[in-house]
Parts: sequence; C-alpha cells; structure tokens
Amino acid sequence: MVAHQKQKARLLAALFLAQEQYGWLSSEAIERVSERLSLSPGKVRSTASFYSMFNLTPRGDYHIQVCEGLSCYLAGGADTLVNFLTNLLGIKPGETTLDGKFTLDVVQCIAACGSAPALRINDELYENMTRESITNLIEELQEGNR
Amino acid sequence: MTAVDDPRSDFRDFQPILTQNIHRPDSERITTYLEHGGYQAARKALTMEPGKIIDYLKRSGLRGRGGAGFPTGNKWEFMPQGDDIQKIVVVNTDEGEPGTFKDREIVERDPHQVIEGVLIAAYTVGANKAYVYIRGEFFQAVKCWIKAIAEAYEHGLLGENILDSGFSLEMSVHRGAGAYICGEETAMLESLEGNRGEPRLKPPYPTSSGLFGLPTLVQNIETLACIPHIIKRGPEWFAAIGTKESKGPKIFSVSGHVNRPGNYELPLGTSLKDIIYQVAGGIPGGYRLKAVIPGGASTPIIPASNINIPMAFETLEKAGSGLGTGAIIVMNETVCMVEVARRLSKFFCHESCGHCPPCRIGSQRILDLLTRIKNGQGKVGDIELLLDLVKGIDGQTFCPMGSALVNPVRSAIKHFRNEFEFHLTEKACLVSDLSTVKEELCLIS
Repeated sequence: MVAHQKQKARLLAALFLAQEQYGWLSSEAIERVSERLSLSPGKVRSTASFYSMFNLTPRGDYHIQVCEGLSCYLAGGADTLVNFLTNLLGIKPGETTLDGKFTLDVVQCIAACGSAPALRINDELYENMTRESITNLIEELQEGNR
Repeated sequence: MTAVDDPRSDFRDFQPILTQNIHRPDSERITTYLEHGGYQAARKALTMEPGKIIDYLKRSGLRGRGGAGFPTGNKWEFMPQGDDIQKIVVVNTDEGEPGTFKDREIVERDPHQVIEGVLIAAYTVGANKAYVYIRGEFFQAVKCWIKAIAEAYEHGLLGENILDSGFSLEMSVHRGAGAYICGEETAMLESLEGNRGEPRLKPPYPTSSGLFGLPTLVQNIETLACIPHIIKRGPEWFAAIGTKESKGPKIFSVSGHVNRPGNYELPLGTSLKDIIYQVAGGIPGGYRLKAVIPGGASTPIIPASNINIPMAFETLEKAGSGLGTGAIIVMNETVCMVEVARRLSKFFCHESCGHCPPCRIGSQRILDLLTRIKNGQGKVGDIELLLDLVKGIDGQTFCPMGSALVNPVRSAIKHFRNEFEFHLTEKACLVSDLSTVKEELCLIS
C-alpha cells in the first residue's frame, strides 16, 4: 500500500473528527481535512457529499432523525411521527428551530425494525417510541437534562 | 439433530446456535465467551490444513447470509494461494437492508463469536489483516467492536503469533458514514479506501483484486458467526440442519404487523407460517395477513396465499422471491400496496449512488409515478409505464441494486394490480375503508 492510499483511507475517519470539532463540515473544516491528509479540497468534498452522515450545512444541537422505513411505517411511526414532531417543535423536516437547538430530519431504515417506531438523536437510538415518550424526551432535551 | 424432510416439524426442538450466548449476563465479554467454549474452534482450526477447512465449509453447505447466498467454501477457495501475496479479510457490518437488524444484535451481544470466525477465515485464506466495515449509524455496535477487538488482543487471540501457531492477524474497525450501497462489497471497498461508495465493475471480483488491489475476502457477520460452530461440531452436523439446498441455522428478523417482532434463530426451511404465527405471535388486532416481504426490502413481495412456504433459498427463489437477509416484514390487510411500493422506492431512490443512469434516473421516475398514483393523480397507462421502467432497469445497471429496486414494484403490481388500478380509476385507495383502523394499530396514538 502506498503512502497516498493510506492517507486517503483515513478520509472518512478524518471527516467524522472534523465534523465533531466544527459541528458541521464547513468550507473551513473541509480545507483543514484536505491539508492534513494532503488531498485536494475537491476530493474531500466529493467523498463527504456522498454520505448522509456528513453535514455540509449546519445542524442544531440535537439532530433528530426519524426513520421512515417500511417497518417503522407499519408500526405507526414514520410520517405520523414526523408530523407529531413537526407540531411539537414547529419545524418541518430539513429545518432547524430558531434557537438552534433542534434539527428535524427523516432518514432511511436505521436497523431498529424489531423495535419500531424508532428515531435517532445525535448518536443515541430511541426505540418503541410513543407520543408520550417523545414528548418527555423533547422536554428533557429542551431543559438540557440529557 | 437429523436431517428432516419436513422442517416444519423441527423448529420447536431447535436449540439456538448463533444466539446461544446472547442472553447471558455480560455476553459481549471475552471471559463469558471463553467460559462457554469460545475460541476452541480457532485453536483447532489453527492446527488444520487450510484446504481441510475449506473442505469442511463446502461439506457443511454454508451459504452467505448477507443476501446473495453464495457458497462460502467456494468463495474462500477463490482466494489465491501463496504466502508471498498480501491478502485481506473485510468484515461486512454494514447491515442496511430495510427490515434487517440481526448483525447489529450479534455484534452488540456476542462479538467474539464473529472475531473467532474472522480468525479462522483469515488463517484459512492466509490474510494477515482484517478490516471491519461498520455502518456509521451503529454507534453502540462500533463501541462493542472496538472493545471486543481490544479484549482479543489482550488474550493473544489477535496480533502476533496467535496461540503459538505462527499465524498473525491485525484487526481494526472502520466506520461508514451512511450509505446503503456500501453494503455491496465493491462499494464497501471504495468506501474503505476513502472514496465515494460507488460499486466497481465485476469482474475482477474482490477475491482476485479487492481492497487496494489486493485479494480480499468480504463476509457478512452472520456467515462468520457460523464458522466456529462448523469447525467445532463438524460439517455433517451443520449440514443436517435445514433443507436440501439451505443448510444450517438462520437468524430471521421479523418486523411489521406481528405481536412479537424481533430476531429469531431457526433452522433454514422453517415455514413462514410458523415464523409469523408460532414464533412471532401472530398478527395483532385480529387482522388477516395480506403480504410478506421475506428477505428484506430488495426481495419481491409474496402474497398471503404463499404462507406455507419454507424459508429457504431454493423454495423462495422458486416462488419468485428470495431469502435475502432473512428479514421478514409482515403486512396485514389494512396496508395499501401502492404505498408499500412507493415507500420502498423512496428508499432505493434515496440510496442510489448515482453512478449509472438506469438506477439514478429510473428510481426517481418510479418514485414520481408511484407518488402520483398514490395521490390519485395517476393516468391511464401508468402501470404499463412502471413495468416498462422496471424492464429498463432490471439487469441494466452497474451493480445488483437495479434489480433490487425493481423487485418491490414489480411484485406489488404482479400480486396486487387491482389496488393500483383502483387508485388510477377511482382516485382512491382500495383499502381506505380499513385505513381508519390504522389509528388503533398505531403505536404512538
């Protein structure tokens, strides 16, 4: 394996690190990754833009990702859950609350079909969601208890 | 355990193999695994001739559990021989097929079973490096992998000169970042190399030119978990479980309209009816079964009339579907099949890597058409147009995803064409009378 290949193979890990430090993959973050790995910014952005977990736009403190897969839909999640959260937070999927606290997104299957409906907030998975548990969860996050 | 002509009689006596440890306290720890006979198979394998291990696998009849069902022994045999060639094993933990959640459970609860399988695989094919590629969203499983690998190093089961065999193996974990297509082996290799996860043209197959151009063996978690048991208890024991062409245990992920969704390990060949009604507790609310997706989103839908089918590679193929990953999605009579096709198409449209036009454009066109049919804006001829698109995509794409994305659409039209037609002519849903009951079913109401 040549040195260049080794550097490039570190790219996904480096992007995760940069995203953690900068909050999202801003041009500055992309630039920094490209310098560190001696790759062109174009190459870095090309790879980053392929993967749904890399945020090329800013996100709120809590990135709520609702699964809209078939199993979640059958279990009464997906659209119903998204609508519920839209009402609760006053934002549509893809939007962030004005205080920058919550971003709502829909995502594809998150391999929690046996415990649907499911959603993810940042790196935590929440399963078997009910109206009550979601409301409680959002309240806790709003008060900063988590 | 004996071979059975009628496997339906067998599942009640079946003792779990792959999931035998997962309910023990601290099941993920190496000490727990060692206490229950862990790494004995590796100890045995490291004294065996690699050719003998491949012979074991071939006789066991093990076929890959990641979806394609390729005979594992044959795949290992494709790896070039010779110590002078650097070789690699890639551990596919990119479980992304909608409906599937078995590999995550194995990794979180019994990762050493998989490491032992990796060790045996690497020794057999002569690889000194193993890379775990794990789905980026599996935060918990990533931690489990890292911890388990560290434990294996501490116990001398990874690293230099493992168990004084002279064999060395380095193993590390690499996270994906959210792309279904990276579960396809060549896309996974691209991703491991730091690129966009676009599949490569095959041939060359990874076994001849894989990661960084080196011969690479890519295996699914559940497949690797089977390996230690085959080595320890022998190929004949393994081959006695299941049907003629589908050997061994299989973890079925059951979700959708069942009382007890979850992962269930059963012999291959267990009937779909038994899985739904006996194992998973039947359908809630007294509703009737309408349709089942038997092997994850990319396998064709089968109607309720096919409920007695044994869950095996050959039987499902014959029925026009496939075993896939063994992810069973159960749908009751209230489900609109146009919506099912639309939802699955949305998934495939979102996950198309964009490399080749039939998949990139075709998946979007299919989604648009299904959305308009669903919304009562469909036009006469839309069904034919859909089938025409399906024909233009199936087998015409760079990777197998093209065939995967047309399966739900084609099978939904094949078995439930009347629902599509009703949407077109009446601008309404044939099952809309039942849709009001959905609220009762809805878990979040």
